[in-house]
Amino acid sequence: MALSRLSLRSTTFLKPSSLRRHVTTDTTPITIETAAPFTSHQCDPPSRSVETSSAEILSFFRDMARMRRMEIAADSLYKSKLIRGFCHLYDGQEALAVGMEAAITKKDAIITSYRDHCTFLGRGGELVDAFSELMGRMRGCSNGKGGSMHFYKKDACFYGGHGIVGAQIPLGCGLAFAQKYSKEENVSFVLYGDGAANQGQLFEALNIAALWDLPAILVCENNHYGMGTATWRSAKSPAYFKRGDYVPGLKVDGMDVLAVKQACKFAKEHALKNGPIILEMDTYRYHGHSMSDPGSTYRTRDEVSGVRQVRDPIERARKLLLSHDIATEKELKDMEKEVRKEVDDAVAQAKESPVPEASELFTNMYVKDCGVESFGADRKELKVTLA
Amino acid sequence: MAARIHGGAATALSTFNPKKLVAPSRTNLPAAARSSKRCIVAGGGSDASKKSLSVRHSQKLIANAAVATKAETSATTGTGHELLLFEALQEGLEEEMDRDPHVCVMGEDVGHYGGSYKVTKGLADKFGDLRVLDTPICENAFTGMGIGAAMTGLRPVIEGMNMGFLLLAFNQISNNCGMLHYTSGGQFTIPVVIRGPGGVGRQLGAEHSQRLESYFQSIPGIQMVACSTPYNAKGLMKAAIRSENPVILFEHVLLYNLKEKIPDEEYICNLEEAEMVRPGEHITILTYSRMRYHVMQAAKTLVNKGYDPEVIDIRSLKPFDLYTIGNSVKKTHRVLIVEECMRTGGIGASLTAAINENFHDYLDAPVMCLSSQDVPTPYAGTLEEWTVVQPAQIVTAVEQLCQ
Repeated sequence: MALSRLSLRSTTFLKPSSLRRHVTTDTTPITIETAAPFTSHQCDPPSRSVETSSAEILSFFRDMARMRRMEIAADSLYKSKLIRGFCHLYDGQEALAVGMEAAITKKDAIITSYRDHCTFLGRGGELVDAFSELMGRMRGCSNGKGGSMHFYKKDACFYGGHGIVGAQIPLGCGLAFAQKYSKEENVSFVLYGDGAANQGQLFEALNIAALWDLPAILVCENNHYGMGTATWRSAKSPAYFKRGDYVPGLKVDGMDVLAVKQACKFAKEHALKNGPIILEMDTYRYHGHSMSDPGSTYRTRDEVSGVRQVRDPIERARKLLLSHDIATEKELKDMEKEVRKEVDDAVAQAKESPVPEASELFTNMYVKDCGVESFGADRKELKVTLA
Repeated sequence: MAARIHGGAATALSTFNPKKLVAPSRTNLPAAARSSKRCIVAGGGSDASKKSLSVRHSQKLIANAAVATKAETSATTGTGHELLLFEALQEGLEEEMDRDPHVCVMGEDVGHYGGSYKVTKGLADKFGDLRVLDTPICENAFTGMGIGAAMTGLRPVIEGMNMGFLLLAFNQISNNCGMLHYTSGGQFTIPVVIRGPGGVGRQLGAEHSQRLESYFQSIPGIQMVACSTPYNAKGLMKAAIRSENPVILFEHVLLYNLKEKIPDEEYICNLEEAEMVRPGEHITILTYSRMRYHVMQAAKTLVNKGYDPEVIDIRSLKPFDLYTIGNSVKKTHRVLIVEECMRTGGIGASLTAAINENFHDYLDAPVMCLSSQDVPTPYAGTLEEWTVVQPAQIVTAVEQLCQ
């Protein structure tokens, strides 16, 4: 095995440093088949052959490793009480965030629920901004005023970050409406969970989106548990991709980053031509619903470790890289070490950053406008300096 | 004009001292000085567009909000045109849609039907289906959509066919509309206008006679205004659309057919300012929306009886214009609040608290608040009359306070 690898790279064998450079920048297209087929509703599924490249798969691995590291670091920060309140972790679902980014541009909008740390990172957010926001520091992406559930990044068209289950769905259709109104050729990805799939506002928004042909892609991140309630206990029809009825749907293996990429690419093309489409991503979260939920009262540890062994997205990417000889075991381990260091540095930097000033309490309440300074009811205490 | 932030935040602001309200009563200042004074108070926005807006305030505004009694409006403008309140709203909306292509309207039956109260009549023909959107009956979803669109820069005007229906969209209005500017650290502004008729009509039944001002007033981050005349309806509509903040514009079902002459020139009413309807000396009567007319009717009786009430239409429900109100209290020392809101937790309740806290030293009598009864509005006409404040009750209350 080692010999055959040597023979392939004989020209670069004598220069180990350029060996690494050659690997990470190789963009020659490779075609890989997804592990599982797509199931479709009211449309033709996309092909299972995904076009990608070595550099891309390597970047997937790196991004997913970074996201995983970030969530683990957030876990320990929460346990040491530096992060308070609610903290919903995304580990296990990284393939979704990474695969989606690969298929779209930063002009396409993404809006999601409170499990938004990794989506923020995928949109180009900095680790240190994420950790600062989690710890309530001024440096955070929302100046420390939003917290774990309210990450936003306007310049990358990432619209957050919403605490109320399902409330982001009409907002997301509004984003799609604005894109149609301004005649941009962009789409909006509206992410929600299997729990939110039972909200009435989903169907209201879906009706409007289908009626007005809005370029909205509704992505159901089906991690099979709505907090502590399994899907079979909360939904009469757990085939979430079919629930749109007149809206086409696609069921995707959400732990396979290439399948996610293919599905999102297909969905974007579809939405620009034909209006809304639902993507159901079959995924899994290793942590409980949030840090206050152990995640073991409604599912067995065997189930969690089983998924981790068989379907883990980072392990799949690793296997792909090794089997296609894109990288060695050691290179991937080194990459993970680098990522770990990145995350640790970001955590340290975030710990140093200052908390917001007291005057920040009243900033960003209103936009300074054609009116005078704005107050609360009594105009004495709740004065707001329109900044 | 500064106030101390409670809790001693380290900002260099002088203490708010109501005794130091140097500004004389607005009625005495000439028009230009009045509006330029407002510009100074509005402060220097470094943003050029905002500056030009305040310049526009001082130069083009005519007979602005502060002393807009009906007689003075038509007197100062000379020629104007007469129209009904719903037409004034439509005019304001149309002018803003002409001016800014980002303004769009969404609501039930606003497009082809022309609006259930004809406020959006003709707009769909003029601007097309993409700018005047007929939505299905899903308040939660289309309010959310409007807010999502506003996050990207559009300026939707969301119509609730009746304010009461907006209760279904309360989550979107409270959590997303009000709070997104703050929780995103200022990244997103939500320049929506949420408008619709509310209030007690003619035997419409309990669910269609709701006053939502009280429910919305504690949502941080929104502004609330209530229009009462064609003049201020158009002015407030335009100001609300131009505002970068989310504004809820409360109209009243029974006021849509009021007729008034309004100026031909373009004008805006200040969103945070109260309107002096009738200057007086004996007692300050604070009111808004339809109750303004009950108060004016009572005022006629009161004048015949020898009283001189000062009537202020507060217009801005959040925030309160405590300057105008404070000046008035300083002058008259007696306050009566007449509102259509419920007794419990209504606008009057907040206003009473605010006046007591800020102007306690000026009061010679306790603040009296006349509001609607805490009952669902009954269908029977006689009972419905009893739920809202009638002019006779206002006269009695004034007589009681002025003893």
